[in-house]
Formats: sequence, C-alpha cells, structure tokens
Amino acid sequence: MFANSKIAAFAQRWLIFVIFVLIWQWAATVAARTVFPTPLAIATEVRELWLSGPASHLFITSAVDADILPSVGRLAEGWAIASVAGIVLGIAIGLVPWLADYTSAVLAFMRAVPPVMLVPVFLILFHIGNPMQLATIIFGSIWPVLLNSVDGARSVDPVKRDTARAYRIGRLRWVWSVVLPAASPKIFAGLRINLAFALILMVVSELVGSPDGLGYRITSAEDTFDYRAMWAGIAVVALMGFLLNRLLVAVEDRALAWHHSSTRLLEG
Amino acid sequence: MSKSVRGLIGALVCLGLWQLADQLGWIDPTFIPGPIEVAQRIGQLFGTPEFRVDFVATVLAWLIAISAATAIAVPLGLLLGSMPVLRSATSAVVDLLRPIPTVTLIPLVLTAFGDGAQIKIILATFASIWPILFNVIYGLREVDPLFVDTARAFRTGRLRTMLAVRLPYIAPFALTGIRMSAAISLVVTVSTEFIDNSGIGFGSYVVLNGEQSGDMPMVIGGVVIAGILGCVVNSLLQGAQNRWFSWVREGA
Repeated sequence: MFANSKIAAFAQRWLIFVIFVLIWQWAATVAARTVFPTPLAIATEVRELWLSGPASHLFITSAVDADILPSVGRLAEGWAIASVAGIVLGIAIGLVPWLADYTSAVLAFMRAVPPVMLVPVFLILFHIGNPMQLATIIFGSIWPVLLNSVDGARSVDPVKRDTARAYRIGRLRWVWSVVLPAASPKIFAGLRINLAFALILMVVSELVGSPDGLGYRITSAEDTFDYRAMWAGIAVVALMGFLLNRLLVAVEDRALAWHHSSTRLLEG
Repeated sequence: MSKSVRGLIGALVCLGLWQLADQLGWIDPTFIPGPIEVAQRIGQLFGTPEFRVDFVATVLAWLIAISAATAIAVPLGLLLGSMPVLRSATSAVVDLLRPIPTVTLIPLVLTAFGDGAQIKIILATFASIWPILFNVIYGLREVDPLFVDTARAFRTGRLRTMLAVRLPYIAPFALTGIRMSAAISLVVTVSTEFIDNSGIGFGSYVVLNGEQSGDMPMVIGGVVIAGILGCVVNSLLQGAQNRWFSWVREGA
C-alpha cells in the first residue's frame, strides 16, 4: 500500500513535468524564434556539445573538459572550503556568547554585501583565474552556513549543558558529541542555502572573467548569437543544481535520521 | 550593555583594525583603501546628482521586484498549500526551476526582453518568489487543525476560512519569506546592474565610473553602501516582525 502510494506520487510529479515540457515544446514551435529553441532542440544541443564523443570515452566529448569539469571543480572546491570554514568558525563563535554579540553587526553586514560587487576587488588582488573565482565563491557562500552554525551552537539545550558539566565531560568531547549533533539540523539548512549560493557565484565568476567553464560558455554563446548553446548551458547548470541539491538532501536525511525520528515521536 | 551596543563596538573594532592595517602597510592602500578614505568617497558620491539618481533607480527597481514577488508568491503559495494534489503535481517543475541561478538567465532575459530596468526587475522577482512561496506553504501546514475544524463546525465558507483563519496564521511566515527575499532581490538587482551595466542603477554607476578607472575607494564604497542598505532593510523587516507578530514563533 505504502509503496503503491509512493509510486503514484512519483508518477504524478513527473506526469505534470512531462506535460510542462510538452507545452513548452508546442509554444516554442509555434513562436518559432531563434531566441526560444524547443526543449528538444536544447536536449539535442546538450548531447551534441557534451555527449557525442567516441565510445572509448564513454561518449563524453572533449568540450566537457573545457566547459563542465572546470565548473564542477571550482564549485566543489569553493563550496567545501566555505562549508568547513563556516561550520568551524560558526561553532566557535556560537560557543562563546559574548563573541557572538560582538560579531553580530559585522556578520550581518557581510551577509548583506552582494558578492558580485567584490569581484573587482578580488580581480585586483588575485588577477583573472582560479584563485579569484574561488575567493568569490568562498566569500559569497560562507555566510549562510556560518550564521546557521552560530545559531545551532547557541541552541543547545541548557539541561544538556548542565548534565555534561555535572559529568565533567571534556571540552572537545562536549563540542564533538553534544554541540555538533545539536547544531546539525541548522547546519544542514545552511549547507543547502550555501550550495545554491556557490552555484550562482561559480556562474558569476565565470561570466565576469574566465577562460573556461559553463558561465564562459553561456556568455560566449550569447556573444555569437548561438542561442541553442546558451540554452544548453543554462539547462546543464539547472540540472547540476537539481542533482546536487538532491544529493545533499539524501545525505541530510541519512545523517539526521535520528533527529527526524525523534521529532516525529514527539509530534505523534 | 545591550546586544546591539556590543555589535556596534565589534564593528568599530573591525573598522579600526582595517584602518590600522592600511596605515601600517599590511594591505596596499592603492588596492584596498582604508575606511576613512572610503567613507569620504561615499560622502562625495551622495553629493553627486547622477549617483543619487542611480541609487534611487536601484532602490525603486528593488521595491517593485519585492512587491511583484509578494503579489505572485502569496496567492500561489495559498493555492499550492491548500491543494496537496496540485502541490505534489507541480513539485517536479518547481524543483527544477528553483535551482536555476538567476544570473545564468541574464543573457536570456536580455535577448528576450531587451535592455532596460525590466531586466533586473524580472530577475529579482524570479529569485524572490521562492522563499515567500515556500514559507507560505510551510505556514499553511502549521495551521492549527482545531481552528479550521471550528470554522467548519460553524459552516464558514472556504473563502472566508482562507481569509479569516488561515491568512492571519500564515502572515508571520510570509513576512519571514519576504525578509529573506528582500536580501536576495537586492543582491540580484545590484548584481544584474554590475554585469549588464548599460542601464541606470548604482551598480552600473560603480562599474562605469569606479571600476573602469581603477577608483578603488568608489568600488569599496559601493560594496559598503549595498551592505548597509541590506542591513537596514533586514532590521526594519525584523522590527516589523517583532512588533506585529511577537505572539508566534518564527517561520522556517
């Protein structure tokens, strides 16, 4: 019964999606403008650009090395550094109540700065290239996870704090086995937001100054009025965002299974 | 000492360190000028009529985007949230649309809608819809069933239940979404001006008059203005939330 309803929900989700794509196909065919290619044409373009290589290379073309791999690499590296740094700094700030107060205004300001505006500064400091792009991604995506980690570390149940103190639990063990798990739902929420930010900033940094990557592919396609390639680039970025988000949600579900089950018990 | 005073002291200490680093030559002042120089440049900028026009244009575009996103996302959220079938049916489309980075759409919106202020408004609205939409849907799930059942027991109509029972309940959630969207749409508006700098707006002004002539105090001044603007709006909305909705816990 349960499996059936799951399948039904799945079918329902994707049925509407298919209908959406069909309507898009129809509208684009009727409109017949080069700016709006049909989804079929976009899919063909994606295949031709990146998946029409020789069988010995698993059909992957050499364009993947120039367009997709550099983007994925930058995204992964920038996001990983920003996440680890954000969690460590956030927990550290959250554990010291007065530090959280003194840094609150500065952190609120940093979060409000549009990271794109710092690209010129990073350009001067690092010149065009990977360090500049990494700096943009890290600076732009560290704040959600940092602020959420601060919140998470501060939300530890006072009873747990007193219990740990009563049992003379060591500082390191306290952080690792009480604070970190208690903060993890908030941290994961922050990770999901900063993944979206990192993706945006990867594209931005490539739009502004890069010799390769998906952002570069999209602007150069626009400059040469190759709208199919432009749409293909956008589609791949969207697909990347979708898949990475799904992956993170799956990891979160597994890591926070204890949390979900305990709240479920409380609720019902 | 109150929390905000401590925050202010922390900010002043940071500014002091920045000035000190510049004065002692730890950072090259031609690359990153000190806070005093940046503050003076910001003062000069607001004395320039062209900059003031650009600044107002940015704020206006942003206000329009936030209003449009609210006007679209709240009814849409009510609709999707109160009809589970519709919601699960559209979730695949929503899941694929949401992660599209707004900036990726700049070239597309440019070619489709032409140059002008509409570009940044469309993009900022697109980016701002999601937090409001999800908060409204989340809020609807949290509505106390007792209230809805009571309304039903009194044979209250569907529309009236929606307006008089559900809407007040989700208002704080919607406001949380609007606060998140305000930050996002400001970032998107300024970023769009920065990348497509042909129109008016203070992002374009900073690129055309500051970045291209290597005027670093102006570039950093622009960063500071945008950051302060975002902070002010966030605290205004937070204040509104505390004042009007102090009786409920905050939304997601």
